[in-house]
Amino acid sequence: MSLSSIDATLLLASLIVAATPILLAALGELVVERAGVLNLGVEGMMITGAICGFAIAVQTGSPLVGFVAAAAGGAALALLFALLTQVALANQVASGLALTLFGLGLSALLGQGYVGIKPPPTARLDLGPLSDLPFVGRVLFSHDPVVYVALALVGAVWAFLKYSRAGLILRAVGENHDAAHALGYKVVRVRILAILFGGACAGLGGAYISLVRVPQWTEGMTSGAGWIALALVVFASWKAGRVLLGAWLFGGVTVLQLNLQAAGAAIPVEYLSMSPYLITIVVLVIMSFDKSRAPGSLGRIFHASQ
Amino acid sequence: MSVTRLLTSAALALGLASAALAQDKTKVGFIYVGPIGDGGWTYEHDKGRLAVEEHFGDAVETVYQESVPEGADAERAITQMALQGADLIFTTSFGFMDPTLSVADKFPDVKFEHATGYKAAPNVSTYSARFYEGRAIQGHIAGKMTTSNIVGYIASYPIPEVIRGINAAYIHARKVNPEVEFKIIWAYTWFDPAKEADAATALIEQGADVILQHTDSTAPQAAAEKAEGVITFGQASDMAEYKPRPRVSSIIDNWAPYYIARTQAVMDGTWESQQIWHGIDEGMVEIGEITDAVPADVKAEALAMKEAIATGEYHVFTGPLKKQDGSDWLAEGETADDETLLGIDFYVEGLTAEIPQ
Repeated sequence: MSLSSIDATLLLASLIVAATPILLAALGELVVERAGVLNLGVEGMMITGAICGFAIAVQTGSPLVGFVAAAAGGAALALLFALLTQVALANQVASGLALTLFGLGLSALLGQGYVGIKPPPTARLDLGPLSDLPFVGRVLFSHDPVVYVALALVGAVWAFLKYSRAGLILRAVGENHDAAHALGYKVVRVRILAILFGGACAGLGGAYISLVRVPQWTEGMTSGAGWIALALVVFASWKAGRVLLGAWLFGGVTVLQLNLQAAGAAIPVEYLSMSPYLITIVVLVIMSFDKSRAPGSLGRIFHASQ
Repeated sequence: MSVTRLLTSAALALGLASAALAQDKTKVGFIYVGPIGDGGWTYEHDKGRLAVEEHFGDAVETVYQESVPEGADAERAITQMALQGADLIFTTSFGFMDPTLSVADKFPDVKFEHATGYKAAPNVSTYSARFYEGRAIQGHIAGKMTTSNIVGYIASYPIPEVIRGINAAYIHARKVNPEVEFKIIWAYTWFDPAKEADAATALIEQGADVILQHTDSTAPQAAAEKAEGVITFGQASDMAEYKPRPRVSSIIDNWAPYYIARTQAVMDGTWESQQIWHGIDEGMVEIGEITDAVPADVKAEALAMKEAIATGEYHVFTGPLKKQDGSDWLAEGETADDETLLGIDFYVEGLTAEIPQ
């Protein structure tokens, strides 16, 4: 066993890359759930974003346009969910599951002409002297822009929910939609906006896999990342900071276990393989022993007449 | 002739006619473990299916189901295909072995063909390719070309087929480069592009400049392309879109001739259960173009080895070889028999990792 062959700098740098897709998707879902909606279609929106982003990036040659298209694609699929659950008042669990199946099929169809094509490379953001700093420069300041967008989004979501009036309204809608309605807030409108935001984030996360992390298009390539993002939101007690922690833990342990295997660590591979799930759950469950709980109206259908 | 009788005979005639029509068309089913667009394993099986359609035209109808998980759900998928009236069903992953046998037991009139397994029945054949012959050639190129002396290997599941490949590659890499070291990551999946890419990245970060993969997607190729000076080999399919670098050669599985022959056998009524294991010689294993990224002399040696394997002059597992624990396996000049190879569960001497149990 030669642990010295693991380079901590590179490990931390790949941790951040591995965590970004689930971080984006989980942040979106966090806002959706804080508005009282349970959207189980994250996986479907992610894979749709992955192919929309990939296809548009290939067509236009610009990864930036690709990411915008990915967000639009994810949001478009989310709009379908919003129409079903907020207008037609369909069951949220069933609609979410259907959305995942639909997204997987739709992406396979859209992606037929894109197998084996290379996307335009996403450039690293040039942060000048910061990127040249030893250690920190490689770990924190030499990534592509989407990584920083995701990190900025963590701060933005946290501040929005905690300090802004709009965030307070969104939380009120999620905690008790009847009371929020009685106060004159537009419950359905707030929720639809939250669902669209969630879809856009999931789409971005999916495109990060197809444009940066892998980068190529293969059917079913998100292979379960959406479900992990969903679980992360719950274990993170619906708090943006903890979602970041959970995503880094999960991404970190995933990368670390692969590195340990490659270094020939004397730990059975089966334990290493399950370690990302186990460690993330254990840490976040221990942290959630405070008084945090799910939004009061989570998953309940709202109709103004009731 | 009464009306009833007329109608009965008409119905009977119709029934016979439709039965005859149904008999005319042979229905061939395929169960895939990944999506047909994976660019690797399943993609090649589906090319075999398309070849069957093209060869027989209207005489044959093919059906397939993709991304079938290995395990309990596979049995449902295979049963459904048998109920749909398939005459011949190819189940194309190791993990479909027991489900295939269990469904075959319930449908004695349907013929089954299971890929890469070792259990047969009167109506179940097995077929596999000697991928390890191609692995030996990859090992040779890898040993010659690595400058860091570290070869990364992305393995899927600890089953004989994968272990055989690791051994074959290692033996031939070490033969030309005694310093070479293999780093092995078990992905525990056949298909998960993000994980495969992460595994490749982890190996590259630990100094590997050759990546061998036994997983099905092209993601490791894309990851290697991002790094400087890393070479890879196409797995199961040519993966030609990554030529000339990082992909410098490939193992291509060519199932089409076998699928056509077996479909023909079912149509002729000559189908019999068999267990076949074909290699470079029979054309089931092909070596994809060796690109110019490989030095000319190494390329010539690799092609000479391919030729020697094809003619039977050289066997990939030729002694003297020891097992990892130092005990003797093959004496000088002795070659491994198929039975040992089919069930191989040990590494050869020199590999440092352990096989997960």
